[in-house]
Amino acid sequence: MSLSSADYSAIWLTLKLASLTTVILLIVGTPIALWLARTRSWLRGPVGAIVALPLVLPPTVIGFYLLLALGPYGLVGQLTQSLGLGTLTFSFAGLVIGSVLYSMPFVVQPLQNAFSAIGTRPLEVAATLRANPWDTFFSVTLPLARPGVITATILGFAHTVGEFGVVLMIGGNIPEKTRVVSVQIYDHVEAMEYAQAHWLAGAMLVFSFAVLLALYSSRKTKAGWS
Amino acid sequence: MIQMRLKLRYPGFALDVDLQLPGRGVTALYGHSGSGKTTCLRCIAGLERADHGFIQVNDEVWQDSENKVFVAPHKRALGYVFQEASLFPHLSVLANLEFGLKRIPKPQRRVDMAHATELLGISHLLDRHPHNLSGGERQRVGIARALLTSPKLLLMDEPLAALDAQRKSEILPYLQRLHDELEIPVLYVSHSQDEVARLADHIVLLSNGKALASGPIGQTLARLDLPLAMGDDAGVVIEGRVSAYDADYQLLSLQLPDTTLNIRVPHTPLDPGQALRCKVQARDVSLSLHGAGQSSILNRLPVTVVSEMNADNAAHVLIRLDAAGTPLLARITRYSRDQLNVHPGQQLWAQIKAVAVLA
Repeated sequence: MSLSSADYSAIWLTLKLASLTTVILLIVGTPIALWLARTRSWLRGPVGAIVALPLVLPPTVIGFYLLLALGPYGLVGQLTQSLGLGTLTFSFAGLVIGSVLYSMPFVVQPLQNAFSAIGTRPLEVAATLRANPWDTFFSVTLPLARPGVITATILGFAHTVGEFGVVLMIGGNIPEKTRVVSVQIYDHVEAMEYAQAHWLAGAMLVFSFAVLLALYSSRKTKAGWS
Repeated sequence: MIQMRLKLRYPGFALDVDLQLPGRGVTALYGHSGSGKTTCLRCIAGLERADHGFIQVNDEVWQDSENKVFVAPHKRALGYVFQEASLFPHLSVLANLEFGLKRIPKPQRRVDMAHATELLGISHLLDRHPHNLSGGERQRVGIARALLTSPKLLLMDEPLAALDAQRKSEILPYLQRLHDELEIPVLYVSHSQDEVARLADHIVLLSNGKALASGPIGQTLARLDLPLAMGDDAGVVIEGRVSAYDADYQLLSLQLPDTTLNIRVPHTPLDPGQALRCKVQARDVSLSLHGAGQSSILNRLPVTVVSEMNADNAAHVLIRLDAAGTPLLARITRYSRDQLNVHPGQQLWAQIKAVAVLA
């Protein structure tokens, strides 16, 4: 086998980062998506646009601002320092924060679409059947939004795995702390280790294809409830 | 007793009603689309919040905007049947039925699964999924699901409007059973005179967000001052009791309420004393000066002329009659009115060409 131990630790770190980011995004993204799907507030437009920003911004731009914010002179950096946590730049925690922001639209938008598609009628029905709003969320909204939740999970995970620019800007390239697969491949190529790069790049290609294949096949069969 | 005072404003629409409705039987909210019937129902359920509102059902106040009382919809003991059955697509029929049932504490349950499924004829559908049901079956499941919350008030928003004529006639008997067997008061929104005539005991006529009339069905349908009398199918509903049966000619005699007058209708035998609802349309009633004389008309009743109104065309007039307390409407030509010199207080004979049994 041609993967080195450094490659394996990069893969492990990537999976850890992507899993943690996805879990956080599902928890944070669900209320945002629910709000965006239901609200009539004028804030809906601005908030929706902010959530979607990572879709169009170059990752280096997001990384740059995060570097400033999380750094010793940034707002977040000052806060974490005053709490005795030091700065989050060039740490795994910093990567998680960056990934959450960077992958946000890939989780929020499928959830928002799913919640919008449900409409208000099932919620009204649940209320007339004595279900309180929390009860309704878990017994009606979430089950009906299941295809959207699956899509959001897969896209959030896969998009975080594919992250490069943001990681490089705020995480640098520290083995076992911030060196994820995409950065490791970059290193291999820089060092002219094309064989090593091939193995990792090939693994990423297969992984990404498998994820998308699973996503598109599930969409076909799980569309609606037939 | 149900009390509701609602004031609510949307762009292009204002609702302003003050109604006291009976706490038993079926009350129809009747009117054209846009008249505010569904909005009334949604306000009672708390799905919509009237700016100024007072809603009391029996002894429970559900909304009192002056005292800042607004009970959340899920805390109101009501059942709601939507126009489309709106079953949960991710649950089986049984799970749909149990959704409301299991959220009701056991001591408060007054309708059980066996009774509800039997009443609506859906016992054989429990394992199915909603998308495998016909429109009529879905609506019956929706009604059973609402009943299983043991509601103190059942709200039905045009439950038959989305169904074709055949499905409608499939469900109507179940609704009539509901009416006969359960003690739950029902508010029934409809724009179909036929449904209202069959099911309602009390009718509220809504138009442009206002209640034009509210009263017992027999009296209200016969009122000439309401647009109800204008339509081609204007007529009255009579709730008679079976008094005799002529097995030879297969004719059932029905006694009009609080009278000794009878009308006869072709029907299968029924037990004496049983109530039967009929509709007599204004266009099927003609007037005559004499009760005697050979004719193929089966039913002739002595009546008194109460009042008269122009019909929706210049050739006809509508006459309101009184048959010993039971109101009747007759739609006759203006020519005939002048020939008979019809005037209030006059004693005449009403000849009824057809009586439609609503069952």
